[in-house]
Amino acid sequence: MATPMVRAEAVHKSFGRNQVLRGIDIEVAPREVMCIIGPSGSGKSTFLRCINHLEKIDAGRLWVDGELVGYREHGGRLHELPDREVCHKRSEIGMVFQGFNLFPHMTALENVLEAPVRVKREPVAAATERGRALLDRVGLGDRLDAHPRQLSGGQQQRVAIARALAMQPKLMLFDEPTSALDPELVGDVLNVMRDLAHEGMTMIVVTHEMGFAREVGDSLVFMDSGAIVEAGSPRDVIGNPQQQRTKDFLSKVL
Amino acid sequence: MVVLIVLGAVVDTFATSSLRWSVVGQYLFDARILQAAVVTLYLTAIAMVVGVGLGILLAVMRLSPNRVMAWVSWLYIWFFRGTPVLVQIFFWWNINTILPYLSIGIPFTHVMVQASTNTLVTPLLAAILGLGLNEAAYMAEIVRAGIISVDHGQTEAAQALGMRRSLVMRRIVLPQAMRVIVPPTGNETISMLKTTSLASIATVHELFFVQQDISNFNYKIIELVIVASLWYLAMSSVLTVFQYYIERHFARGSVRGLPPTPIQRLRRMLFQFHAAPPFGSAAEPDGEPWLPPAMPHSGM
Repeated sequence: MATPMVRAEAVHKSFGRNQVLRGIDIEVAPREVMCIIGPSGSGKSTFLRCINHLEKIDAGRLWVDGELVGYREHGGRLHELPDREVCHKRSEIGMVFQGFNLFPHMTALENVLEAPVRVKREPVAAATERGRALLDRVGLGDRLDAHPRQLSGGQQQRVAIARALAMQPKLMLFDEPTSALDPELVGDVLNVMRDLAHEGMTMIVVTHEMGFAREVGDSLVFMDSGAIVEAGSPRDVIGNPQQQRTKDFLSKVL
Repeated sequence: MVVLIVLGAVVDTFATSSLRWSVVGQYLFDARILQAAVVTLYLTAIAMVVGVGLGILLAVMRLSPNRVMAWVSWLYIWFFRGTPVLVQIFFWWNINTILPYLSIGIPFTHVMVQASTNTLVTPLLAAILGLGLNEAAYMAEIVRAGIISVDHGQTEAAQALGMRRSLVMRRIVLPQAMRVIVPPTGNETISMLKTTSLASIATVHELFFVQQDISNFNYKIIELVIVASLWYLAMSSVLTVFQYYIERHFARGSVRGLPPTPIQRLRRMLFQFHAAPPFGSAAEPDGEPWLPPAMPHSGM
């Protein structure tokens, strides 16, 4: 079997005395779409942020594509990698945020070009061509020169997805990508994500969109208070939950 | 009414005083005064460049996760903000009394470059050091306020794209912080323009020193103070206009559309008066049919 794209082993994380992750074990295969659901404060966003080392983990191991994230192991102990190497690893992992976090002083196209040109040092002309194509693909080919504030939430989030894809990542992390959107704008963003999944992108999606999880997801994980309560195929977890906490949660969101 | 009475009294006092406006006019464009105004502007510019450059460095150090860097920056700000500028200029001007020679040498060798402090630290350099290093302490706090005003999500998004710390600061955070940094920096520049008068203690031939130099001979003290004040006022007015346009430049992206500048507004007003005289008024030129101006937004 191929190396898993993401493998987590007993990942722990605390903020002060507050234990946010209490031992997470997960495996995501290449081309798999995993959705993570759970009540707010269950640690699902924190776990996602550990995968690209935006948060440091306190204990456990986390691999992306067979390599430890943010650390190197030496003599049985973990040593944090220098900024340069952490950044290189992050450049292979795309991330989409709940609040879009587009760069407001740049146009849509400039947002998409920034990382390929400045981090990967791609020639501007080639990057521009690909950036235009990406924005076209997310349905914003006519808004290249718009600033984020001139775009709707849904359009901003689609630019953010194009921005992440511009780095040609092997893994995409989505942190509640539609939670800040008006209901009628959610569909466009989910469509873009659905297309991406069909093209074979490995994706981990923290979401409240049960329809998307059921239809697009290959696996579903339910988290509560820092632990995985139940995991399996979306059909099983949603249709036939085994744990009482999963049932309680699903009865509230479905 | 009260205002008018007070105003009248003030005007009366000046009118009956022995102040001679002709003397003011005579010295306003005196070559020495003009040259001093240039020195004042030059000193303001250099001191602000030193202040802003060093201030950005200090602010980034202050916010660095490296404790030593943050501490050094804190200590710098504490010291330079806690002592008067006048004292600092005076210190640099007299540095030769404790350090007669400055030397740079390569360690463990005898290769050394040595220079007399007196020739190296000219009055102008003493003033630049005093004003610039002091300004850096204030600018550091202004820049720091700008940096922390930028949403942390911006840094995270940039980091998630694989951008390194220095790149995130230069490309993402600082450009957005400028909107917060520019207005107080404009204030600082205008303040600096006037603070350069303290350089007179180091015998720099700037505006205040030169006007004093002249009035020491002719005793027209108030007249020359007015000459200097008029120049300070004129130069700070020009700086205010610069500040307006710089602020506008950095507001891009934060508002959907920029309001017109006063000049654009004036031009538009004149254009409309010219193009659309009120109907039925005698202002309409006879014979010539009046056509509405082609507006870009008329939907035609």
